[in-house]
Parts: sequence; structure tokens; C-alpha cells
Amino acid sequence: MLKINNLHASVEDKSILKGINLEINPGEVHAIMGPNGSGKSTLASVIAGKEDYEVTKGTILFEGEDIEELAAEDRAHKGIFLSFQYPVEIPGVSVTNFIKTAINESRKAKGLEDMPAKDMLKLIREKAELLEMDRKFLSRSLNEGFSGGEKKRNEIFQMAMLEPKLAILDETDSGLDIDALRIVANGVNKLKSKDNAVLVITHYQRLLDYIVPDFVHVLHNGKIVKSGTKELAHELEAKGYDWIKEEVNA
Amino acid sequence: MSKYTEDDLREELKTKEYEYGFYTDIESDTFPIGLNEDIVRAISLKKEEPQWMTDWRIESFRAWEKMVEPDWANVKYVKPDFQAISYYSAPNKKPKYNSLDEVDPELLATFAKLGISLDEQKKLSGVAMDVVVDSVSVATTFKKTLAEKGIIFCSISEAIKEHPELVKKYIGTVVPQKDNFYAALNSAVFSDGSFCYVPKGVKCPMELSTYFRINQAGTGQFERTLVIADKGSYVSYLEGCTAPSRDENQLHAAVVELIALDDAEIKYSTVQNWYPGNSEGKGGVYNFVTKRGLCEKNAKISWTQVETGSAVTWKYPSCVLKGDNSVGEFYSIAVTNNHQQADTGTKMVHLGKNTRSTIISKGISAGKSQNSYRGLVQVHARAKNARNFSQCDSLLMGNDCGAHTFPYIEAKNKTARIEHEATTSKIGEDQIFYCNQRGIDTEKAIALIVNGFSKEVLNKLPMEFAVEAQKLLEISLEGSVG
Repeated sequence: MLKINNLHASVEDKSILKGINLEINPGEVHAIMGPNGSGKSTLASVIAGKEDYEVTKGTILFEGEDIEELAAEDRAHKGIFLSFQYPVEIPGVSVTNFIKTAINESRKAKGLEDMPAKDMLKLIREKAELLEMDRKFLSRSLNEGFSGGEKKRNEIFQMAMLEPKLAILDETDSGLDIDALRIVANGVNKLKSKDNAVLVITHYQRLLDYIVPDFVHVLHNGKIVKSGTKELAHELEAKGYDWIKEEVNA
Repeated sequence: MSKYTEDDLREELKTKEYEYGFYTDIESDTFPIGLNEDIVRAISLKKEEPQWMTDWRIESFRAWEKMVEPDWANVKYVKPDFQAISYYSAPNKKPKYNSLDEVDPELLATFAKLGISLDEQKKLSGVAMDVVVDSVSVATTFKKTLAEKGIIFCSISEAIKEHPELVKKYIGTVVPQKDNFYAALNSAVFSDGSFCYVPKGVKCPMELSTYFRINQAGTGQFERTLVIADKGSYVSYLEGCTAPSRDENQLHAAVVELIALDDAEIKYSTVQNWYPGNSEGKGGVYNFVTKRGLCEKNAKISWTQVETGSAVTWKYPSCVLKGDNSVGEFYSIAVTNNHQQADTGTKMVHLGKNTRSTIISKGISAGKSQNSYRGLVQVHARAKNARNFSQCDSLLMGNDCGAHTFPYIEAKNKTARIEHEATTSKIGEDQIFYCNQRGIDTEKAIALIVNGFSKEVLNKLPMEFAVEAQKLLEISLEGSVG
């Protein structure tokens, strides 16, 4: 599904990704771990198509297509979803109105008519329930005054609505208490299927207790320096990142 | 990867051209340029006005001659040469038409371009139209239905002839002839406009709507609107305007007076998208308008405006809360792009006890435009327990535009409670990327953000107007992107 080959990327001429190789197949859950500043969020943004980042070398193939020239919205239409580490506020635009617009824009891109209001409402209710979201929540302004947990739950709610092929969860566990973490993880797990894939980006191991990865990759200084199974995550949790750094530098 | 930055956004916003830039060639009956007492008399004569009206105009003209054009607003422009303007222009083919078939087909085509063909409008549920094209009303619909309720809705010229007692009693009572430079000018030379009277206890069953349009080259338009809601009555009035694209700056100096007698309510909504000039700041309408309403006991006046047009705007729809327990409201969205300049806001004058006022102002600036809110909340000595809440929010797009807020507060009664809130924000690349990532392109994202920002005001508009207003916001800003 996603094939990243020798990816180099920089922001404002500062080189951040220095040769990433990663392949994700349908049905798989991958986790990317690493210390602060290793390039985790940059990788997420580059895949999603954020304009500040410049790809200097390498390719990103999504379902066999090079997506480098595609605008962020076109990548979204193809089924790439990014759950933001810091979701932005859009005052005056309700959660419902926002997701309705997003869904219909994606449908438009596929040459489909707007989703009938009745179906939309039904879908929203269904997915809101999955994330244990209150009805009142849906009419609030997007992310305005939301707690950390509410913001992340809303991200996963949008993911549930949009049903992406590839979901990238960027530090979705940060700012979550244990109950919110469970709800969010539960939501992600219910959405998992053999046809879609999840890329979890996290600093800590705790989210991976809930969303169990098939593969764990350690990112350090813009490169994947170690890959393994979920056991690797436990090892990292126990020993910290320093031993990896030492191993790399050795 | 397509790289979209604020610079691109700014660049693209500049290229938005006026969609309604066309000119209709209807044979006109136009006065020679210039202004003096003879011209004022000639206007009055042409309109077959009674002597008292002629005298009133002359009096206004003499006052105007002694006045100086104000320059305290936060706008820069070349002052109009008042002797280079023709003060009267009327479509030639008269008299009024009984049906649309009789209306000049070119005029109908003009309306079609605006998307407001009379035909459609007639069918639109409950909207009566009084169309002003170059100063003279050419069609009035739904008059009969209104007449059954005793509601008078006609051109001001007609009202001067048919209902002189009402016009004489109320004209100039809210905006006196000498109120300000432009009001004095308007009082002297007003060409036409609308008149509405709702009798005691009558709730007007439909939204009353007027479309204004400036047409002939170099013809300033000076409408005069007078709305009177008698005791316990209710009326909702919609005013929409577009002007064709022209190179010379066109002057527009209207006066609107609202009178809400005891327990009456007037809701006055405006959508204004006059030609703002091109992306270099050439051309465009000068919009210098005086709008004011007077509230008697328990009365309520609401001004709602969506201003996207004009090169220079100078406009402060105000409420004089004379009666006890009266309420004044002002809801405004002002959009400026390219080189547009707007200095707009309101005055809430609290005279009576327990008077309340609310001000919600949303300014959106893009391009190289300057957008100013200027508001005065005045609580007089006998206005016990007066309350005001003001909220002024500004949204900036790009780095070359400006947003300014000038709130003035004068409280002479200790029991007054006045609150003022203000925010300034900028459409961020982060917000746009977030929308993009959800599959929403930049153009749509800006529309979404702007509509969200303006929601509190859009919600105050009557349904059919809200849709149009939303479209206008998109045309003014978002249509240029992507």
C-alpha cells in the first residue's frame, strides 16, 4: 500500500529525513518510535503532503502511484488520513459541518453526489457512538475549547467517518488520560480491517498496549535504525532510547 | 508536491475581479453635471414634488454649501468633485409597467446577470420587490397584498405625492438635514428610494426587499429610505445592492431613517456588493451612507449588514434608544480585499431607562485593504440601567492588509454596564493544511473558515438573504483561490 524509498526531506533547508525506507501492506499496523527530534512528525507530515516540507530525494508510492506531486487534499481523497498531534481550531465551524464538508468534498473528487443528509446523520451518530462522543459535542466549534482528550477523540471520529486506507496517528496518545486512551485505541481497533493499514507514531510504548503493532521501527536522526516486532517496543520502554543511539554510533 | 503558502494566497486573492462588471445601455434622461440651487429645484420639479418638499431640499442645499467634507475616518481617497456629477438620471421608458413583459428587456437581462430576475423574485416566497435602477422605481410587486393590511410600500417619490402627511411628519426626524455633509447633500438632491409604513399592530407578512443599482456613468445615486413601524407593528426590510463596473469612482450617499414607535420592531438587513474597484485599486464606488433608527418605548431595531463591496465605505448604522426598555442591535460583516477601505461600525445612543444594545462586528481583510471598526456607545445621564455588549472580531488574510478597532464609550450614568470584547486572528497555513488533509481544497477551506468566523452575523439574516450573503463572501474571497 505505502512504499517509501530512500526518502530525504528538509524544512527551510534543514535536512530532517535522511533516507527512510518503509513498506506497509494492507492489514498491517506499524509503529514508529523514537526520541524527540528524530523526525517522526516530519515523516507523518511529508506523507500527508504538508507544503513546508521539501522532498529532496527518494519516492513515496501509495498503491503504486508516486504521490510527490499531489496536493494534500488529493492524497486525502486517495485514502491517506493524518490524525494530528495538535489539531487546529476552526471557530464557528461545527464538528458536524466540518466532517460533512470533508466527506462531500471527497465524494465530489470521486465524481459522486453529496451524501444525502439522512445518511450523513445516521453515519455521524453511529461513529460518534463508537468514540463514546456526546451529541452536544457534535455541534461545538471544531476543536475550540476542547480538552486534549476531546481533540484526539475528534480526530479518530473523523477517521472513522472518512474510512481511510492508510491512517497515520501522530502522537495520538499525547495529552490523553487512561480512559480517553482506551476509548481512542478501541475506536482505532474497531476500524482496523484486512484492507486498511495504520501507522502509529509515538514516543511511548503505552499506546501500543492497546493498538498492537505488527512491526515496530525506531527512528533516530532521520533514519530507521532498527525494526522489529512489538517486543522491540517493550525493550525500548525498559531501556530508553540511549542504547539504540549507542548501538547506531558504535 | 504542490506548495501552497500565504504568499500564493495573497497573490491569488488579488486577481479576483468583479463578477458584475457590465453596463446596461438604457436610454437615460440625465441632467447636466454640476450642483446649484437651480439643479435642486429642477430635481424637485422633475419629480413633481409639492412646494414644502422643494423648500426642504433648498434648505438642505444651503446647509450643505456651508459644510466641509469630513476627514476623520481611517480612509484615504481623492475627494469627489461635487460639481462634476450629474444629480438626476432616470430610465426613459415610462410610465411604470403593469407586468414584467413591459419592462425594458435590457434591464431584465441586467437582472438576469445579477441572478435576481424579477420573474424569479416575484415567485420567491413572500418577497416583494421595489426595484431602484438609476434612481427611479420601475417595478413594484406584491403591493396589493400589502395594501390589504394597510402597509404602504412604495418609492419615496410616490409617498411624497400620495402620503405627504407621513413623509412630512417623519422625514429628517432621525437624520436631520444638517446631520452631516453627506446627509445634507442627500437631503438636497435625493433622487428616489423606498418608503414603508406599517400601521399599528400589524405584522408585515413578508420580507420587504429593495434592490439598488447604480447604472449611468458618473451618476451619483442618492437614495432616501424612510421606514415607519407604527405602535406594536413589525417589519423586516432587506436591502441588496450591486453596481456595474466603471472606471470613474461613483459616489453613493444614501440616507436611511427608521422609526420604531412604541412596542414596534424593525429588522433592517443589507447585503452590499457594489463595485470595489479593480485589483490595482482603480475605480469603485464611494459609499458614504447615513443610517439611523429611532426607538420609542419598548421598541427594537436590528441592523444586520454584509458589506463586501465599494472602494471606500463610510457607514455607521445607528440606534437612538429614546424610549425606556428599547433595544438596539447591530450585526455586521465587512469584507475588504485588494485596495478596498472600510470604516464602518455603529452608534448606540442610550437615552431611555433599561435600554439595551448589542454590537457584533466581524471584519475580514485581505489583499492590501484596510478594515476599521468604529463604534460609539453613549449612555446619557437619565438612561438608568443601560446595558451594552460589544464584540469586534477581525480576521486577517495575508500580511499586507490592516484591521483597526476604534471603540468609543461615553457613560454619564453610573448604573450603566458596558462590555467590550475584541479579537484579531489570522487564517493560518495550519488551518488550511488541516482542511486540505481532510480532503477540503484551499478555496473551500477559506470559505469554511470565513463562514465560521461570520456565523453569528449570518445567522441573523433572513433565510433567503443568508444564502446570498454566504455566496457573496465566497465570491469576494474564496472565488479567487485555487
